[in-house]
Amino acid sequence: MTATVHTSAALALGDDALVLSHRLGEWAGLAPVLEEEVALANIALDLLGQARVLLSMVGDEDELAYLREERAFRNLQLVEQPNGDFAHTIARQLYFSTYQRLLYGRLAEGQGEFAGLAAKAVKEVAYHQDHAEQWTLRLGDGTDLSHERMSRACESLWRFTGEMFLPVEGVDVDWAGMKDAWLESVSDVLRRATLEVPQGPQSGAWTAGAGRQGLHTESFGRMLAEMQHLHRSHPGATW
Amino acid sequence: MVEGDRMATAAAHRTAHADGAAQEDTSAFQAAFDAAVAAEERIEPRDWMPDAYRATLVRQIAQHAHSEIIGMQPEANWITRAPSLRRKAILMAKVQDEAGHGLYLYSAAETLGTGRDELLDKLHTGRQKYSSIFNYPTLTWADVGAIGWLVDGAAITNQVPLCRCSYGPYARAMVRICKEESFHQRQGYELLLSLSRGTAEQHAMAQDAVDRWWWPSLMMFGPPDDESAHSAQSMAWKIKRHSNDELRQRFVDICVPQAESLGLTLPDPALVWNEERGHHDFGPIDWTEFHDVLKGNGPCNDQRIARRRQAHDEGAWVREAAAAHAAKHGNAGTGATHA
Amino acid sequence: MTNTDWPLWEVFVRSRRGLSHTHAGSLHAPDAELALRNARDLYTRRGEGVSIWVVPSSAITASSPDEKDPFFEPAADKPYRHPTFYDIPEGVKHL
Repeated sequence: MTATVHTSAALALGDDALVLSHRLGEWAGLAPVLEEEVALANIALDLLGQARVLLSMVGDEDELAYLREERAFRNLQLVEQPNGDFAHTIARQLYFSTYQRLLYGRLAEGQGEFAGLAAKAVKEVAYHQDHAEQWTLRLGDGTDLSHERMSRACESLWRFTGEMFLPVEGVDVDWAGMKDAWLESVSDVLRRATLEVPQGPQSGAWTAGAGRQGLHTESFGRMLAEMQHLHRSHPGATW
Repeated sequence: MVEGDRMATAAAHRTAHADGAAQEDTSAFQAAFDAAVAAEERIEPRDWMPDAYRATLVRQIAQHAHSEIIGMQPEANWITRAPSLRRKAILMAKVQDEAGHGLYLYSAAETLGTGRDELLDKLHTGRQKYSSIFNYPTLTWADVGAIGWLVDGAAITNQVPLCRCSYGPYARAMVRICKEESFHQRQGYELLLSLSRGTAEQHAMAQDAVDRWWWPSLMMFGPPDDESAHSAQSMAWKIKRHSNDELRQRFVDICVPQAESLGLTLPDPALVWNEERGHHDFGPIDWTEFHDVLKGNGPCNDQRIARRRQAHDEGAWVREAAAAHAAKHGNAGTGATHA
Repeated sequence: MTNTDWPLWEVFVRSRRGLSHTHAGSLHAPDAELALRNARDLYTRRGEGVSIWVVPSSAITASSPDEKDPFFEPAADKPYRHPTFYDIPEGVKHL
């Protein structure tokens, strides 16, 4: 652990990874094809690994994961969205992994407290982004049905994407520059997938800094209840 | 193509090609096949093999593959509730491995001429089975540990000998699987150990899980030898290397000291070391329960298949999309690619 | 496989420089790109692989080392009998 750890920053990045990993874990046994069981689990495990490193920079990883309440979590609202169908999950992956790759790429180049983790994680998230791209192409430019589902998914998650580029204290990157790069990358993939780049707002007035400020969505509370229940039922126990 | 039709086609091929000398050729093939099996050589996909050998293998390998896939469910049931991040990671990796093992095994089964879609269809319609142990529910977190220790333990006892099975692709898949499986059993054991040494509630949870999973685990080895219809032929073909009772006894002998180290008891008052035999005696197994669950009356039979079918059916549009994309872009398996 | 056509691919992995690619198994994928990624996931996720080749099973031509080999299977020159190697006429049920 380095000298200065920005608690908010480590929690923000760590919670993103923790929550998304949990959502991906919900696909176990339900993936559309067996080969995807392995792929989704790989991504979930990578994210969980990142979460554990980041949370451990702040305190005890399990205390933080299992004993904080809804308003204390700093993850983006994007990652807590329910999986929906496979298109929904892939759209969420496309948006988030593109962001994560840009973020970790920049952090790895710096000297900050996250540089070490970022250097390792950027290789993992490059794979996540590639996976999301491959599936975006196949679903967008597959059948009429898959195109429709993917289109709907991209549209419905668009309003959660703005939050990714609100500056996080302690994370020293060019947020505006990252947003431009993100938009360029995502637009390119969507167009190649014969999908429209969503035109709606990337956030609403009410969502400004929402997840990062501990304001989450209703399904998040239910997700946490399931995640934390067993641990909380045995206070102080070791597993 | 239905299995029987494919066999008929293959037989017709051989007959047509070696017209007139068909009978003689077949018995020469049979003799060579028998000699290879006797000499512990591997039978490979392009070798001649008796139709019954092929059919038995397809069924056995497929059912093994189905077991891995269905086996994901009772454990995946606890991923979202895993009580620590480390345990969650371990469990996710284990369930992922099971998907991978299923894939290795479907791959081995396909070398015998049956496609995965056909095999899955047989699973979904009940024409092929999976290991009955997965028809039991995982009611508590400790069940995850019990499955790792007992169910994977029993599977390993069964599987290690299969690494020397006569059919090459199956044997090789088993080598790969066994390497990964030992981690699973160790993790299950360790999970139970933590519980056993934890709070009183955790210890009770662990004991309760072992009490529920012990007998079904013994049933995993199949009916007693004198009631096992197909064993003799499978042994002759070296698809099966040891008898059911032999493996069951081996498993019991291994588990007894492990249970002691865990600080947990096994729910069998008749379990006792027999100095004369050099093995542990154990109590009678309730074979009625075994047959009942096998027939479809277990706690989770319907649920397991329904879930599997749900995943498959709901995934159809995804698979179709990928196939459509490949067809549009001319990349559908028309050439080698490397990286 | 039927209308959701994910053909079979053979996977070869070279786990270290200095070795050659060895056959690791097979998998289903709709195209080469996904086949490669699936192969990476399935056969190298323990860090076992450095280089991966994926080849459609239908592209492989196999032969018996010795024509007098008692195991010579006269029916085909494919690595093994697989349903996709049979041409099944359209609209035939249960095939």
